[in-house]
Amino acid sequence: MLRSLITPLVLGAIYLLLSLLVYGGYCLDVSWETRSCSLAGWLVGLVILFVGVVVLKKHIHAPSPTLIRWVPIKQADQIVGILGPMLVLGLVVSLFAMADAYRNFQGNFWSLPSFRLIMLQTSVVSIAALGMTLIIASGGIDLSSGTALALSGVVLGLGLEADLPFVAAALLCVTCGTLCGAINGTLISFMKLPPFIITLGSMTIFLGIGKMIATDGGTVKPPAGSIPNWIADMVTLFPDPAWIAYPLLPNVAWGIWFVFGLAILAAATLNRTVFGRHIFAIGSSESTARLCGIPIARTKIVIYTLAGFLVGIGGVFQFARLSQGDATAGVGLELRIIAAVVIGGASLSGGRGSIIGTLCGAAIMSVIKLGCTALGLGNQLEDILLGTIIIAAVAVDQWRVRSQSASPN
Amino acid sequence: MLTTSLLNVTAVSKSYAANRVLSHVNLTLSRGEILALLGENGAGKSTLIKILTGAVRPDAGTVMLDGNPIVHGNTALARHLGVAVVYQELSLCNHLTVEDNIMLGREQQRLGILDRQTQRKIAVEALAKLGQPESWLDRRVSSLSIGQKQLVEIARAIAQNAKILILDEPTSSLSQQDARQLFDVVRRLQSQGLGVIYISHFLEEVRSLCSSYLVLRDGTVAGSGQLQDTTPRELLKLMAGRDIEQLYPARKQRQGECRLELRALCGHPWPDNISLTINRGEILGLAGLVGSGRTELLRTLYGLDPRRTGDIFIDQRRRSKSQDPADRIRAGVAMISEDRKQEGLAQSISIKDNMTLSDMRPFSLFGWLNETKRDQCCHELKEKFSIKALSCDVPIWTLSGGNQQKVALARAVHQKGTIWLLDEPTRGIDVGTKAELYRWMAELAEKGDSLLFVSSYFQELLATCDRIAVISQGKLVEVRPTEQWTEHELMQYAMQGRA
Repeated sequence: MLRSLITPLVLGAIYLLLSLLVYGGYCLDVSWETRSCSLAGWLVGLVILFVGVVVLKKHIHAPSPTLIRWVPIKQADQIVGILGPMLVLGLVVSLFAMADAYRNFQGNFWSLPSFRLIMLQTSVVSIAALGMTLIIASGGIDLSSGTALALSGVVLGLGLEADLPFVAAALLCVTCGTLCGAINGTLISFMKLPPFIITLGSMTIFLGIGKMIATDGGTVKPPAGSIPNWIADMVTLFPDPAWIAYPLLPNVAWGIWFVFGLAILAAATLNRTVFGRHIFAIGSSESTARLCGIPIARTKIVIYTLAGFLVGIGGVFQFARLSQGDATAGVGLELRIIAAVVIGGASLSGGRGSIIGTLCGAAIMSVIKLGCTALGLGNQLEDILLGTIIIAAVAVDQWRVRSQSASPN
Repeated sequence: MLTTSLLNVTAVSKSYAANRVLSHVNLTLSRGEILALLGENGAGKSTLIKILTGAVRPDAGTVMLDGNPIVHGNTALARHLGVAVVYQELSLCNHLTVEDNIMLGREQQRLGILDRQTQRKIAVEALAKLGQPESWLDRRVSSLSIGQKQLVEIARAIAQNAKILILDEPTSSLSQQDARQLFDVVRRLQSQGLGVIYISHFLEEVRSLCSSYLVLRDGTVAGSGQLQDTTPRELLKLMAGRDIEQLYPARKQRQGECRLELRALCGHPWPDNISLTINRGEILGLAGLVGSGRTELLRTLYGLDPRRTGDIFIDQRRRSKSQDPADRIRAGVAMISEDRKQEGLAQSISIKDNMTLSDMRPFSLFGWLNETKRDQCCHELKEKFSIKALSCDVPIWTLSGGNQQKVALARAVHQKGTIWLLDEPTRGIDVGTKAELYRWMAELAEKGDSLLFVSSYFQELLATCDRIAVISQGKLVEVRPTEQWTEHELMQYAMQGRA
C-alpha cells in the first residue's frame, strides 16, 4: 500500500519544493537578492533531482538491496520515465536563468510573469502535440496538423461572423479538426499509402480550403464583442489572482489547467487502456499487431481522429490568442508540433513516446524562444538553438538505446 | 594439408556488468580444420564471435591470428588480417549485381575510376574457389535463392583473402538441397587451407561436416575434441549440462473428430487448391522446401493473406471469407510465425504487452486495463514457460531466441488456442529448448488440441507427427501416416512434386 504511494508522494514533494522556489522570484520588482536566492535553490533542487535519477537508473540495471525495499524496479522505471524529460527541461531553464542572473536579471527571464508567458506560448503546440504523440507512437506522422489547426480557427471565425454563439462556433471548430483527422486516418487506412505522403497532401489541401473560405485574404475577424470574457481569460497573461491561491499553485490562466487535464487524459489513454497498448503494438511492429488480430485500420482511424479532435481544441486556443482566424497561421506549426514530440523522446519509427516527454519538449521550445528574447539574442539564434536541441535530443536517445543493446541478451 | 595452428584464442574472458559471459575460453584452429562451435542460446557463442571479429574487447586473454594479435575495437583490421563472418541474416545489397556485392568495400580503382577488369578477375577467382560458374556475376542478387545468396556472401569473404571463415547457423533457413551445396563449398575451402568455424544447432550436419568440436556452456568450455571420438548423446549432454535422454517424447495416439477442414483452398498465387483435414489430438506435419508454399498455406488459413476461393471449416462451421486474423483467433486458431523477429513479436515493447496483445479482454473493463491482473497473468505464464528474463516489463529484444519463442507460445496459450499453426517453431532454438518444445507439443495433442507443424527439418517431423503432408509449389503432393514415410521419400516428393 505504502509502496504504491511512493511515486505520487515523491513527485508531489519535488513539485512543491520546486514550485515554491520558482515563485520566489514572482514579481518584477522583487530584489536582486530574492531572485538569486530562489535561482540558487532551484539549481540545488535540480542537482538533487539529477543525482536521484542517476541512482534510480543504476538501481534499475543492477537492483540495490537497500533501495529495493522502498522503490521497486517497476516504480523506479516509472519515476525515471517521468523525471527524465523534466530534468532536461530544468537544465534548459537553468541555462537561461543563469545567463539572466549574470546580467542582473535585466531580461526578467527568472520571474513568474515569464513563467506564465512560457506556459501560454506552449499551449497551442502542446495540445496538438498530445495527439501527435499518439500518432507517432503508432508509427505514423501527421504533417497536416498545423494547417488543420489554422483551418479550424478560420471555421470558428466564420461561425462567429454568422452570429453563432461562441460555444456553438467552438464546437464547429473542434468538429472541423476532428473531421480533418478522420479524413487523414481513413485515407491512410484504406489507400495503404504512407502517412507522410497522405498528410503532406492534406496539409496543402487544408491550407487551400482555409484560404478559400476565409474571404478576407486568408483571415477572418469576428465582429466586436463576439468573443466572451471567459474565453479571453482562458489565455490571458494576467489572470485574476483570486482565481487560484497563488503560493500553492502557479497562478496561470485556466486554459493552462485545461491543457494539463487533457494531458492526463491522453497519458491515461496511452498507458492504461487496451487502445493505448494497441497503439504501441502497431508502432512497434504492424505485422505482429496483425498477427494478434488487432483491427489495424480501425485503430489507425481512431488515432488520427482523436489527434484531429485535439487539433480542433488547439484551434480554439489559437483563435483565443489571436482573436481572429488565420488560414496561414498554421504553416510551419506542424514542424514545431512534431519537434515537441521528438524532443520528448518519442521514436519516429514508432513504438515509443510519452505524454510527459511531449509536454516537456513543447515547453523547452517555448523556454528557448522566451529566453532568447529576454536575453536580447534575437530569433536567429533561437532557431539555431532549437535545431541543435532537436538533433541532440535524438542523438542522446539513440546513444542510450545503443548502449542498452550492447549489454548481453 | 598444412596443420599449423592458424587461430589461437587464449584464456579469453568477458563480463557485462555482473554478468559473466565468457570465462577462460581457449580455442585453437588449424589450417584446413572445420571446427564445430556448439552450445545453447546464451552460452556465449555470439560474444566469442564478436571478440574474434574485433567488435568486442575481452576483459582478459589474447586472440592471435597467424601470429598477429587482433586489436579490439577495430573490425576493419580483423577483416584485413583475414577474419570473415557470414551471419544468419545476410548482408547483401539486393539491388546490386553479384560482382558488385563481392567487391563491395574493396573496389579496385585507377585514378578514382573503377577498374572493371581487375574487379572481374578477382570476383571470378573467388567464385572459382567455391566451384561456382562465372555466369553468375552479372545477375542481380535479388534474383538469387537464399542458398545462392549465402554463397555470394562467402565469395565476398574469400575475395577479401579470408584465412578463417566463421559461419553462423548457415543452414537454418536453407533447403536441404542448398545446404548440401553449401557443405560441398565448405569442404572445398577446407582443402584450400582455410580454417572454418561452424556454428549450428543441427548435430547431424555438424557430424557429417566438421572434424573437431568445442562446446560452450554458460561461458566456459564444457568440452572439446575430435568429433569421431564422441556420440551425439554426449554432445547433447555437454551442451545442456544434463542428460537429455529423449529429444523426442513418446506419443500416445488418440485422435478424435475433425477440427479443421480446408476445401480446395486457393490464394494469390499460393496455396493452389489444397484440401486437408486435421483431427482432435493430431499433429499433422507439413513438409516442403523453403519457398514451397507452406508458409503461404498457414497465412491464408489464418487470414493474413487473401483467399481467392475455397472454404475453411473449423469445428464444422464455415469461417468468414474476410481477411481477418481476429476471426480465426476467436475460433481458437493460434499461429506461431516463422519470422519471429519481424512478425512473431514486437521487439521494442515489453514481454507483458507481447504476451497479452491478442486478447486483453480478461483484464479490461470498457477498455480500461487492470494492470495488477495483467501483471499476475504474465507472471504465471513466465513461470509456466520458465522464460528467463528480469521481469515482464523488459522489451523483447533483450531476450535470447529460445526465450522469445517461448513468449510467442505463451501468447498463444493466453489466447486459448486449440488449433496450432506452428511455422518452423524450432528454427534457431537450442537443443534443450527444442526438447521442451516437442514435449509440450505432445502434451497439447494429448489434451485434445490439433497441431499443424511446418518444418524443413524432416527428421523432427518424422519423430513427432501423426501424419505428414508434403507440399511443393503451392500444391499438396501427398498425405500419409508418418510410419509410411521415409526421410528419403519426403525429400523426393518435396523436390519433385508428384513423382
